[in-house]
Amino acid sequence: MTPAPTVPLVCYQILAAILFTIGVVGVLVRRSALIIFMSIELMLNAVNLSFVAFSRQHASMDGHIFVFFVMAVAAAEVAVGLAILVAIFRNRDTANVDDVRLLRG
Amino acid sequence: MLDYLGWIPALPLIGAIINGLGAGRLPRKVVSAIGTGTVGLAFVIALGCFNALLQLPPDQRYHLEQAYSWIDSGDLSVPVRLLLDPLSMVMVLIVTGVGFLIHVYSTGYMGHEKAYGRYFAYLNLFTFSMLVLVMADNFLLMFFGWEGVGLCSYLLIGYWYQRPSAASAGKKAFVVNRIGDWGFMIGMFLIFVAFTTLDFNRVFTEAPGRLMPGSAMATAIALFLFIGAIGKSAQIPLYVWLPDAMEGPTPVSALIHAATMVTAGVYMIARCHILYTLAPAALMVVAVVGAATALFAATIGLLQKDIKRVLAYSTVSQLGYMFLAMGVGAFASGIFHLMTHAFFKALLFLGAGSVIHALSGEQDMDRMGGLKSALPKTHMTMLIATLAIAGIFPFAGFFSKDEILFHAWESGGPILWAVGVIGAFLTAFYMFRLYFMTFHGPSRLTEEAKHHLHESPNSMTIPLMILAALSLVGGFIQVPLMEGGQRLSEFLAPVFADVAHVAGGAGAAHGAEHGGPGLEVALMVISLAVAASGIFLAYRFYMVDPAAPKRLAEQMRGLYKLIFNKYWVDEIYNDKIVEPIRRGSIALWQKFDAAVIDGAVNGVGRQIERGAGLLRQAQTGSVQVYAMVITLGLVVVLGYLALR
Repeated sequence: MTPAPTVPLVCYQILAAILFTIGVVGVLVRRSALIIFMSIELMLNAVNLSFVAFSRQHASMDGHIFVFFVMAVAAAEVAVGLAILVAIFRNRDTANVDDVRLLRG
Repeated sequence: MLDYLGWIPALPLIGAIINGLGAGRLPRKVVSAIGTGTVGLAFVIALGCFNALLQLPPDQRYHLEQAYSWIDSGDLSVPVRLLLDPLSMVMVLIVTGVGFLIHVYSTGYMGHEKAYGRYFAYLNLFTFSMLVLVMADNFLLMFFGWEGVGLCSYLLIGYWYQRPSAASAGKKAFVVNRIGDWGFMIGMFLIFVAFTTLDFNRVFTEAPGRLMPGSAMATAIALFLFIGAIGKSAQIPLYVWLPDAMEGPTPVSALIHAATMVTAGVYMIARCHILYTLAPAALMVVAVVGAATALFAATIGLLQKDIKRVLAYSTVSQLGYMFLAMGVGAFASGIFHLMTHAFFKALLFLGAGSVIHALSGEQDMDRMGGLKSALPKTHMTMLIATLAIAGIFPFAGFFSKDEILFHAWESGGPILWAVGVIGAFLTAFYMFRLYFMTFHGPSRLTEEAKHHLHESPNSMTIPLMILAALSLVGGFIQVPLMEGGQRLSEFLAPVFADVAHVAGGAGAAHGAEHGGPGLEVALMVISLAVAASGIFLAYRFYMVDPAAPKRLAEQMRGLYKLIFNKYWVDEIYNDKIVEPIRRGSIALWQKFDAAVIDGAVNGVGRQIERGAGLLRQAQTGSVQVYAMVITLGLVVVLGYLALR
């Protein structure tokens, strides 16, 4: 039985790179904190995709384990990050990052 | 008993700490008990040590007591170690004994003062410092005591700090003393260079081997140490602080500015007698400065109106005699005069204090007179002290002053002797002027003073009587011309014995002591006659013909003005030294300190602030901008790695 024809690794990598870049641009150019947050998730998942693809290619479980960790941490991060977002919105009635510039020297 | 040696300075220190920390909280009785009790106990221990020292054979009377190692660094090793030999024993007995009497007197004299605890804390601290000074076994520890007594002197002169004159007198004493301390320190450094140690025993035993007699090093060490002595013991040209020090309470003048602290310079020279014997030129300087001061200060004393200032100038003059003794190599005689002077001058000051106390603070002799009947005890004791300082047989001052004059003739020559004798004449004159103006003649008291006039309480008169007894018999421990009569010289002999081994100078003087009994008697008769004529002249001037001094002043107007204004020395110092330094300091402050140093420091600060302002522009506070910069940086680095 011949193995089913598979999508080559490079395609996964290109997809992962495209997703990652979309995430980066989203973080850099969007003004809404919520969208920035989603963009970060996109970047994380691009990396996850890359990990899984490599894991399959090398027939190793290591990549899967990395991905589980990333997903666990991302879940925690979402919980904390959204809480901060809500707190900022309650305080300032906005989620626009341009209005939150307290680190100015 | 010698094991308790450390307690002698420790007790007054404990008293100072308790009284100092408890100032204003402890009741007066407790303060008095601690203040006098600690010094009294120290005196008792000192007597015990004296007894123990006498039990030892003369050449073994040398006791060291190490407390702990203070500094130990390379070649320099300075222990806190107390030394007890006959010389320091005499000083310890004077400091604790006379000090105790003055502490007791103070409980009466200062009884009405508000800051009673502060006074006793200072006085105890002074006693501690003075004891460290005389018991130190190395130069640095001695210097510690030296500075300590200077500090206490400053604090006590400025005791009534609310009075501007007292505060500035304290400052003057401190600054003038610093000039002397500078000399002492340079001398100490030179000793360390020459000997690589500051230990008395090593310096003095090695000195004859390491320093050539008359060499430049020996002379420099001796002269710089002498500058220290000039400052502390108020000799020409640094005597100016002592008369002003009379702004302090009278018991302080008695203890610090007459009996003990100002004799520190004399003690120091006696302690370093080997170094001075190796430097005959320096010894000559000591003798000349001493004789000049003895005469100079005596002339100023002639016309002073303030009772305490007369005594202050007389102290300066008497210290001059002690230095004259040191200068002619008669070290034991100088210490003898130091001791008798401590008795009668402390008595004079305390007597003057008793008069001032009785007159509610009056110090001007023009507003005294006729106090003999009102203050019988004070009058009697003052008379004894005045006779003692005038050098009348058989009072203490007669023996010690004559011994100095005899040695001045023997090894200093007739000129030094003549200066000393003229000084003695003036001393007899101005002291009896003080006596007659205070206790005899018509009463010139103000109405208010008359109203309060009273003899002092027992706490004041009893110390007066004890000191009077000492002034009366104190001279007999050193009777001239008698076999076994010179007990003090014999007691001190082991300390000064090494002089005989050193070439030249004072060795000869020592041998000459037994030289001419006829000469000694002749000199004695002369100085007795001189003293008597001084007293007689004072009697003529101030008892028989009170108008005479005025007539004489009219006749010699220029001289009178010169002496009355104390030779304008204070004014000259002020114009030629103090003012230029003050103006120079202001110029330095405004031109150099404010412009150059502050300019440099502030300029550096301003430049940094400006640079920081530029860098601050990069911090916009927008996280997205930061992220953009990071991303761009990453792209550049990755691009570089990829395209390399």
